[in-house]
Amino acid sequence: MRTLLAVLGLLLAAGVAHAADAKLDTGDTAWMLIATVLVIIMIVPGLALFYGGMVRSKNVLSVLMQVFVSFSLITILWALFGYSFAFSEGNSFIGGFGKAFLSSLKPDSLQGTIPEYVFVCFQLTFAAITPALIVGAFAERMKFSAVLWFLGLWLLAVYAPIAHMVWGGGWIGGKGAIDFAGGTVVHINAGMAGLVAALVLGPRKGYGKVAMPPHNLTFTMIGASLLWAGWFGFNAGSAVAANGSAGVAMVNTQLATAAAVLGWMFAEWIAKGKPSLLGAASGAIAGLVAITPACGNAGPMGAIVLGVVAGVACFWAAVYLKKMFGYDDSLDAFGVHCIGGIVGALLIGILASPGLGGQGFGGENKSIGEQFWVQLQAVGFTLVYDAIVTYILLKLIDMMVGLRVTDEQETEGLDVAEHGESAYSH
Amino acid sequence: MKFVTAIIKPFKLDEVREALSGVGVQGVTVTEVKGFGRQKGHTELYRGAEYVVDFLPKVKIEVAIKTEVLDQVIEVIEKSANTGKIGDGKIFVFDLEKVIRIRTGETDAAAL
Repeated sequence: MRTLLAVLGLLLAAGVAHAADAKLDTGDTAWMLIATVLVIIMIVPGLALFYGGMVRSKNVLSVLMQVFVSFSLITILWALFGYSFAFSEGNSFIGGFGKAFLSSLKPDSLQGTIPEYVFVCFQLTFAAITPALIVGAFAERMKFSAVLWFLGLWLLAVYAPIAHMVWGGGWIGGKGAIDFAGGTVVHINAGMAGLVAALVLGPRKGYGKVAMPPHNLTFTMIGASLLWAGWFGFNAGSAVAANGSAGVAMVNTQLATAAAVLGWMFAEWIAKGKPSLLGAASGAIAGLVAITPACGNAGPMGAIVLGVVAGVACFWAAVYLKKMFGYDDSLDAFGVHCIGGIVGALLIGILASPGLGGQGFGGENKSIGEQFWVQLQAVGFTLVYDAIVTYILLKLIDMMVGLRVTDEQETEGLDVAEHGESAYSH
Repeated sequence: MKFVTAIIKPFKLDEVREALSGVGVQGVTVTEVKGFGRQKGHTELYRGAEYVVDFLPKVKIEVAIKTEVLDQVIEVIEKSANTGKIGDGKIFVFDLEKVIRIRTGETDAAAL
């Protein structure tokens, strides 16, 4: 976060600071090229397989398709407007049109010590994975055309402004909120949008009465593993440099994830009698999510604590909270990403404290109390803004093209009904 | 002649087949089936969502034999398929009216 902030400070002072001392670093650039590709692997095939394995066999292609195509759609929208709305000069809520169509960028434009084109691509992967995460909440029932409308508009109306507020020089980052790699911007944002989408769409036909077991947990495990490996590009890459901060992010990411696997697994073992692979894989994602905002500021032991808490909290959310309220968040986008993101974003306000082995608060905040209050504001604002705008977008799209497939199509399966193909012939 | 159908636990199939060969049974038909008896099904749990699986996988063995070996056949199936735990299966015995070997047209005892 410190590095990212410093980098973005540079960007803000852009006019002045196309300074003589800004110099390209080949080591940083090489690392960021790799980190960008690692995050792409997280999305396709990582996230696609993680989700694809959890749905029924009649819907697996629809999920793979939604992730694959939203990745492509967001890529284009990012170059047209998204990057500019998030990372060009604007007000404290959203950027302007200064970098729309990437028109003002040159091959030698720098972002810190790396070419700005590389920074555009790196940030693009974040912008692309966030909408794709929401797919998990409305899987198995949303119309494909509505998915594209929703995720495209959501990028511009929700993701880009929140990214600007936190990383692009807006008010949340300005208050010194810690979000090293995207707890608020990516995970709380995607998870909350997922909950709203699950509520607006309503449950899948037969939810709670008909068995809807995952059709291929092998896919899910492969996907979770690709996410785990790719996440080093996500978290360590958020240092935007090949430096000590990237190293801190790396060790924290690994420790928190392993701790969350064990946390979820033991919680499930104790509460439900058996440790499941789906639980272990879900725990890994919970840990990765929770350490995302915290990976640059926690200490290694703090990361382990954070991981255990995230594993248990997300297990509780996916298993008990969902049942308590009866919403059908098909693949627990809310339970894992929003809850895990909140755990990380709030706990880092405490765990960053040097007294607890953390790396310090970074910004102007000096005490746990001050930092925690700022974290709380960042989380609260993201939740409220995201929920309201997501709700409006969904209602709008419902009027335009309709959100859900028909009952008949849902029963037949989205693969055949929407895409005219099926994954398996048997 | 008798027709014996046995429903057994799938992992006992090899032992049962060997035991049947041991008492001179020349042919067996095997089918993978599902069903329930006193063992009932089991539950599966995915992130807290519980699914009751009512029908468990079993193997059905069918043999056609001469009446005089019936007791022997029943005994070896019983012995080789037994684990002592619930869900070991059942043996059904039927009278068999007629057997024909399609290739040669032989019938009954000659066709067994």
